[in-house]
Amino acid sequence: MLELLYKMQPLDFVYLLVGIILVIFSIQSFVDKDHNHRIGTGLFWLLYGISFIFGSYMSKEINGWLVIAMAAIVLFKQLGKGNYFESAIDFKKMEALRIGNVIFIPALLVGIITFIIGFFTKLGALVGLAIASIIALCVALYITKAKVGQSFHEGRRLLDAIGWTAILSQLLAALGYLFNLAGVGKLISSMVASIVPADNVFLIVVAYCIGMAFFTMIMGNAFAAFAMITSAIGVPMLVAGHGANPAVIGPIAMLAGYCGTLMTPMAANFNIVPVALLEMKDTYGVIKAQIPVAIVMLTLNILLMYYFL
Amino acid sequence: MIILSGILVMVIGLMLRFNALLVVIAAGFVTGLSAGLSINEIVGAIGEAFVKNRYMSLFALVLPVIGIMERHGLRERAEILIGKIQAATAGRIFMIYLFVRQVTVALGISMSGLVAMVRPLISPMSEAAVAQGRPISQSTLDKIRGVAASTDNIGNFFGQNLFLAAGGLLLIKGVMEQLGYNVELTDMVLYGVPTAICAYIVSVIRFFIFDKTIQASVAQDEADMKAGKLVPNELNILVTPEELAKGGK
Repeated sequence: MLELLYKMQPLDFVYLLVGIILVIFSIQSFVDKDHNHRIGTGLFWLLYGISFIFGSYMSKEINGWLVIAMAAIVLFKQLGKGNYFESAIDFKKMEALRIGNVIFIPALLVGIITFIIGFFTKLGALVGLAIASIIALCVALYITKAKVGQSFHEGRRLLDAIGWTAILSQLLAALGYLFNLAGVGKLISSMVASIVPADNVFLIVVAYCIGMAFFTMIMGNAFAAFAMITSAIGVPMLVAGHGANPAVIGPIAMLAGYCGTLMTPMAANFNIVPVALLEMKDTYGVIKAQIPVAIVMLTLNILLMYYFL
Repeated sequence: MIILSGILVMVIGLMLRFNALLVVIAAGFVTGLSAGLSINEIVGAIGEAFVKNRYMSLFALVLPVIGIMERHGLRERAEILIGKIQAATAGRIFMIYLFVRQVTVALGISMSGLVAMVRPLISPMSEAAVAQGRPISQSTLDKIRGVAASTDNIGNFFGQNLFLAAGGLLLIKGVMEQLGYNVELTDMVLYGVPTAICAYIVSVIRFFIFDKTIQASVAQDEADMKAGKLVPNELNILVTPEELAKGGK
């Protein structure tokens, strides 16, 4: 047991912490008599917590079946909302006057401490976020004089609002992985490469950038798209064919891919999770806000790549 | 060609508005089966990637803090603060946040800005700046929140490759070397600068336009309220009278 602790990387402790928080949410859900689906919801967060705590030590098949079990809970619509002992609007208004601008301190601490740890230590920003959120929670409890248990009820309120979307990002990453195993990438990039005229530099640049954006939209991830499209179009047609500088086209193609990320529901952690997190009604509200900027930026990246060629 | 059927399942499933989570699982199985993988291999692949990508979902860490701050009037305080600053508009708040986000991510800090900054601070402040105490509808709120979230994403994406050890640049280096070309990180980082500046300028123009159009949306809400089509609920959000009768949700 102790040996296992020594072997753990800093990030494993972060996963352990997330797992413990999820298990607490799960227990609170199980005992929440006012919850409309307390068993399903409790089980969902329990399974997710197990995946965080023990994921690295279980076989990949068991991890996979855990995910399928969580999907089954969603399929049978067993996720719901409970009683989080929320405060009344009048209480919030009084507290806003009583506590004043000090209430912003925990919120700012999360960002500032994450920054300091990420920038000045070797632990990285993810570990920084974990440490920052513990410190910020302690400060918030001191400022508000609230109880620890209540802070978890409030956290559970937010998590239940996010619901199944919470695991969507990881599942989409898994889908991208399966696409890769199946060879979807190679097939699409050979299709794109076959329709581009090899002698027109501008059209190759257009095909490379739009190919990056389009393929990123399918895979949900510009990194996955980059290797495929660069080895199909960027390097053979631009670098080898027209003497382009790989240090120029690489970064700009990646940024063209990011324009695709802004436009796809496949990039759920950027585009769909915030919809749940901000309690928006329109599932595609964030994507709609991003499409105009993404299209202008894609055009500019095409022009920049052609200009620097 | 048959291995593309998973993409078809995704597109059709999302278009028919089935639950996205279930559509993704279905698409995964269709893709895996069409490539000749066994059920066990598909489940194993899902499990492997799911666990490897846990870093994407660390937001649970911050939820108790945000929740407790909201319980004790964080949003209400943001309204008071923004109400005192005459010059505050949603667009100007986004402008400042975009700058902060681009600069911090360029210094190598990839934080979960959506959870840590947008939900507790940027979104309530910009909502307060737009509403100025007037009740506004959910669709107006959605427009503000959509742009707030997009500001975080744009700052993140178009700032991160200015950091020398950014994951994106390391990947480009790796891919180029695989293909037989040596590239230097210090060269590549320079070619991210024009796009980063363009992204800021394009966004600022967009924020100016947003400040104008969102007021039209608020005016429409006011007209709907005068006509009796919408009524404010206890959270000062405009809903239809039927929705109010059902509990204001």
